[in-house]
Amino acid sequence: MKLPQLSVFLENRPGSLAEPLRLLADARINLVSISLADTEQFGILRLVLKDWQAAKNVLERDGWVVNVSDVVAVDVPDEPGGLVGMLDLLAAEGVNIEYMYAFCLRRNGRAVLIFRFEDPDAAIATLARVKLAVVADNELF
Amino acid sequence: MTENRILDREECLPRADLAALQLERLRAVVERVAQVPFYRDAFALRGVSAKSLHGLDDVRRLPFTTKEDLRRHAPLGFLTVPRDKLARIHGSSGTTGRPTFVAYSPADLQLWANLCARFLVAGGLRPEHTAQVAFGYGLFTGGFGLHYGIERVGATVVPAASGNTRRQIELMQDLGSEVLICTPSYALTIAETARELGIDPRTLPLKFAHFGGEPWTEAMRAQIEAELDILAFNNYGLSEVIGPGVSGECAARAGMHLQEDHFLVECLDPDSLEPVPEGEPGELVVTALTKEAMPLLRYRTRDIARIWREPCACGRTTARMSRVTGRTDDMLIIRGVNVYPSQIEEALLRVEGTTPHYLIEVDRPDIRDELTIRVEVLPELMSDRMDQMQKLRERIGREVLTVTGIRAAVELAAPRTLERFAGKAKRVNDKRRLSD
Ligand SMILES: [Zn+2]
Repeated sequence: MKLPQLSVFLENRPGSLAEPLRLLADARINLVSISLADTEQFGILRLVLKDWQAAKNVLERDGWVVNVSDVVAVDVPDEPGGLVGMLDLLAAEGVNIEYMYAFCLRRNGRAVLIFRFEDPDAAIATLARVKLAVVADNELF
Repeated sequence: MTENRILDREECLPRADLAALQLERLRAVVERVAQVPFYRDAFALRGVSAKSLHGLDDVRRLPFTTKEDLRRHAPLGFLTVPRDKLARIHGSSGTTGRPTFVAYSPADLQLWANLCARFLVAGGLRPEHTAQVAFGYGLFTGGFGLHYGIERVGATVVPAASGNTRRQIELMQDLGSEVLICTPSYALTIAETARELGIDPRTLPLKFAHFGGEPWTEAMRAQIEAELDILAFNNYGLSEVIGPGVSGECAARAGMHLQEDHFLVECLDPDSLEPVPEGEPGELVVTALTKEAMPLLRYRTRDIARIWREPCACGRTTARMSRVTGRTDDMLIIRGVNVYPSQIEEALLRVEGTTPHYLIEVDRPDIRDELTIRVEVLPELMSDRMDQMQKLRERIGREVLTVTGIRAAVELAAPRTLERFAGKAKRVNDKRRLSD
């Protein structure tokens, strides 16, 4: 299933990463996953969390620009070649990945990865068809 | 110091004779522009005519002409000759993406070449010299204006046009160019590029340079003269009036001689529109006395400078003006190109969601002007995808280039940052130090 992901615009300056995270900490909002994409001029902080609506409100109230997009959590065997095998499958099925990053969570010898697909719904259908495990939100939060 | 040479007798008229000539020419031009609807209506409203002008002070009874007026009567609503009598049309950037146009008759082109020849001769150009024009040739008046001025002097012109600095240096070396025509900052680029190529810029054949097209300082003059081992001269003009040739420095290099037999120049307080005391800074307001195709009355240049009429050591009797020390509007000159913030706003309006929060930053970290547009990221612009965000930057940069002709760095900013830097009203942060 799809998970909401928050993307926060960051300027590239000292302290800009800590500020939104401190806001969430002060609001006692827990993060499940965090990833940062950056250029020399700006960055995009991507967060997956249970209370995403509350987190969005807290950030926006403080003036942060927040975008909500759907990502898909998939778990793969936590062993050499585990990810490659999965990427091969997705490529063979013609599923476009915009970006991906690893989740902080490992369980039962499996690693959880977050994917931003061009078309999340189609990708989930494909994953089910090729029998790749999509992780549900109640398993993550 | 340069040998003192004066091209035309009119540069040295006794002041009383000059004033008589100006008044005669003012009446003639007022007579001629009365056929332009804009002036005809303004004259009727003010009850003025050529006959009612009794002295030069009466110029103050005439209407002003502004860039906005030119735009409102675009493209060529100020012509005093039939369209088929035009020899050339130039343009300059307007406050929107469209240029404003200026038209020249064959006689205007002769006049223009002669006005440029006057200051070129005053600044050392001789018939035996080779002069390299590194200005753009195009709608912009710099390239063509100086080109024909050099030919009028009888010197050899190398129309190198702007850009390709390495080739500029090769041309200088191969053809022995003694005179360089460009923007002052481009002269520094040439010196820097020469050094990168292992050439001592002082060994280039250059002896003189005539600079215009952008504001510069005495500190820059000293730097350019030392780096290239040349004498650098300043000249001034604007396309709406004629182009380069309104004024230029003589060998004394103590102010630029205004070509008063062809231009009646006022220096006014931009708020009260009353004349400032002699020698005080004010807005230059120029009436073209002798242009044929499109003479403008009291054109508000928006340029701030000082004017004084003390006799000059060179023997010219014409008034002199200082460097342009500022603008009364928000026009910026970036790498020699006129840019209005409203043009940037127009470019941003083409990209959904980018206005109204932006800041224009201009800086000159070394010798080159840099334009940076900082745009606040609004929620509708925010994407989780880096490629989308980069595309947004590129798109803004492309639109700014299309409208202004200037390549700009685009920075995405968090909403609060621009507020903190600039407040709501301020759109421009010019960090260059250009007024000394
Ligand atoms: Zn002089």
